[in-house]
Amino acid sequence: MSTQCLTNKKVLTKGNYAIAQAAVLAGCQCYFGYPITPQSEIGEFMSGKMQELNRGYVSAESELAAINMVIGAVSTGVKAMTSSSSCAVSLMQEALSYATTDELPVVLVSVMRGGPGLGNIYPSQGDYFQVTKGGGNGDYNLIVLAPSTVQECVDLTYKAFYLAQKYRNPTVLLADGLLGQMMEPVEFYDYPYPEIDTSDWALTGAKGRKSRIIRSYGPLAEDRCVFLEKLFQKYKVIEENEVEWEEINTDDADIVLVSFGSTSRNVKTAMKKLREKGIKAGFFRPITLYPFPNKRLAELSRKTKKFVTVEVNMGQMVNDVKLAVNGNCPVELIHKGVGAPPSADEIVLKIEELL
Amino acid sequence: MATQVFKLPDSLKGDVKYSFCPGCDHGVAVRLVAEVLDELGIRENTILAASIGCSVTLYDFIDVDSLEAPHGRALAEATGIKRAKPDKIVFTYQGDGDFASIGLAESMHAALRGENLTAICINNTTYGMTGGQLGPTTLLGQVTTTSPTGRNVEYYGYPIKIAEHIALCDGTAFSARVSLDTVANIRKAKQAIKKAFEVQIKGLGFGFVEILSTCPTNWKMSPQKAHERVRNEMMPVFKPGIYKDVTLQN
Amino acid sequence: MSYIVIDKEKCKACYLCMEECPKKLLKISKDTNGLGNHVIEFNDPNHECLGCAMCATRCPDLAITEVYRG
Repeated sequence: MSTQCLTNKKVLTKGNYAIAQAAVLAGCQCYFGYPITPQSEIGEFMSGKMQELNRGYVSAESELAAINMVIGAVSTGVKAMTSSSSCAVSLMQEALSYATTDELPVVLVSVMRGGPGLGNIYPSQGDYFQVTKGGGNGDYNLIVLAPSTVQECVDLTYKAFYLAQKYRNPTVLLADGLLGQMMEPVEFYDYPYPEIDTSDWALTGAKGRKSRIIRSYGPLAEDRCVFLEKLFQKYKVIEENEVEWEEINTDDADIVLVSFGSTSRNVKTAMKKLREKGIKAGFFRPITLYPFPNKRLAELSRKTKKFVTVEVNMGQMVNDVKLAVNGNCPVELIHKGVGAPPSADEIVLKIEELL
Repeated sequence: MATQVFKLPDSLKGDVKYSFCPGCDHGVAVRLVAEVLDELGIRENTILAASIGCSVTLYDFIDVDSLEAPHGRALAEATGIKRAKPDKIVFTYQGDGDFASIGLAESMHAALRGENLTAICINNTTYGMTGGQLGPTTLLGQVTTTSPTGRNVEYYGYPIKIAEHIALCDGTAFSARVSLDTVANIRKAKQAIKKAFEVQIKGLGFGFVEILSTCPTNWKMSPQKAHERVRNEMMPVFKPGIYKDVTLQN
Repeated sequence: MSYIVIDKEKCKACYLCMEECPKKLLKISKDTNGLGNHVIEFNDPNHECLGCAMCATRCPDLAITEVYRG
């Protein structure tokens, strides 16, 4: 299967394959990875495809190695990625922290499974904190995109490569076992973003110019302060320009249901069912988890009566919603620790209990 | 008219001042690498994956494009660079802790995959930068800050013989151990470093040189005594030599 | 006439070069550099230097920057 035949065609495919195909179409030159359920199809697809296209693929010795191989590849100005899941993404935290201060466009696909520890291979949203709050050391942010459909797996994979290069910041596509394994019709299309010029910073050999250093080390305290201020100026720009969310029926809503990723699908249905019952429910789905749509949530908090977040974890995003709402109205949590998201009917029942 | 027989290599940054302790062999090793880059004419096409340890600021000395790797991950980052840009010359310069302890998996697998990379490893039998703790190459009997009564097998296990292990990897094209204790050995070391780059240039596989080196500060010895220790204590265990050279086979 | 050039500011006073010189032309100076080190001094009144560059090869701190043979 050549990459050409993937474009402009509607096909039925798994989330993991959709991500991998989209990465190839986005111009990903190198893939490095180590298998882990529930995302192994990404590496399987890449192993054949990258060889066929004469691009780079390494079956890495560990996730530590894989993410550092990505750092190496993207330092030369090309697009590169790795993919993994939960406990193995834990192994990548050091490198992600480095990559933020290296200012390198690393792309990581994290297909969440149950945790903590080895957990299990059921779907989960337990790694919201891991990617939005940083498991690595120091002050940094990762750009985090959360698809809710297989089509969005494609759209946001493209976007992950673009934002990573545009801002020279590691970017995570945060899917979960449900999205990775489910099949839906998707449409592939050509990479829709402009190619970013990397020639003013990439390592290509110091021919006819001064040599370049990409480093994370900052031995002097004052210099480090200046660097961190500059880094956080960049985050401010990202927060101003790249927030993305979906909202439905929020204008007159008494209760706004907030959910991200695969869980939001049932939440959207629950919102419709509540409307049918005469309850003025609205739906709000952050698509970018960092930057988080807190300004919009704050606006909504001044006209709605209650927020309810629905998550497949013990309650993680709910904290960010509370920070955004800042006490303007109550924020409740409906959650399930791990596994398939609660059904729309279960959500409706629980909402009725809360009212 | 006198002819110049020694000059500082062009591949070192102008007016560079090393951050190494007095008498530390790191300085010689870095200069040798720079001399080899000069002689092979590859400086402008070379990328360094730097490491953590006393070698951390190598990129302030060697005038090539450089990427700083987290501790132990230099050969993973080097692999990424090489796979993205196969026409570039890519090398690492690491300490024994970086290469053979925290980074052993990355080092060994880069060799096993036969990555066209060059790795230079400084073996000084201790963790130098953190103040002289027991490392993967600390000799039996050696006193360090974390082996206060000396390394004994029952408690600490054995040191690793890096060059021999790397030579056992099928993807390795060249593996040698050299020392810097005498001027003659410094010259031999340079030839080995050159060979480790040449096998990469020829696409033959992984090129590796382990360099026996001193750490006068943490060994609590004069630089002169430190070289005696290299000869009397290190070389009988870590025997210098070429352990693999595919260019000599057939 | 053979000779060497020393960058005194780079000398860290390890004195490894002193041993290497076959003619023993390198000595510890009374002067100190910016690092506070009693630096190495090249003293060759009888033009004995061979230009062998053993001192520069040995120097770990690039303090012997040039060697000329003639």
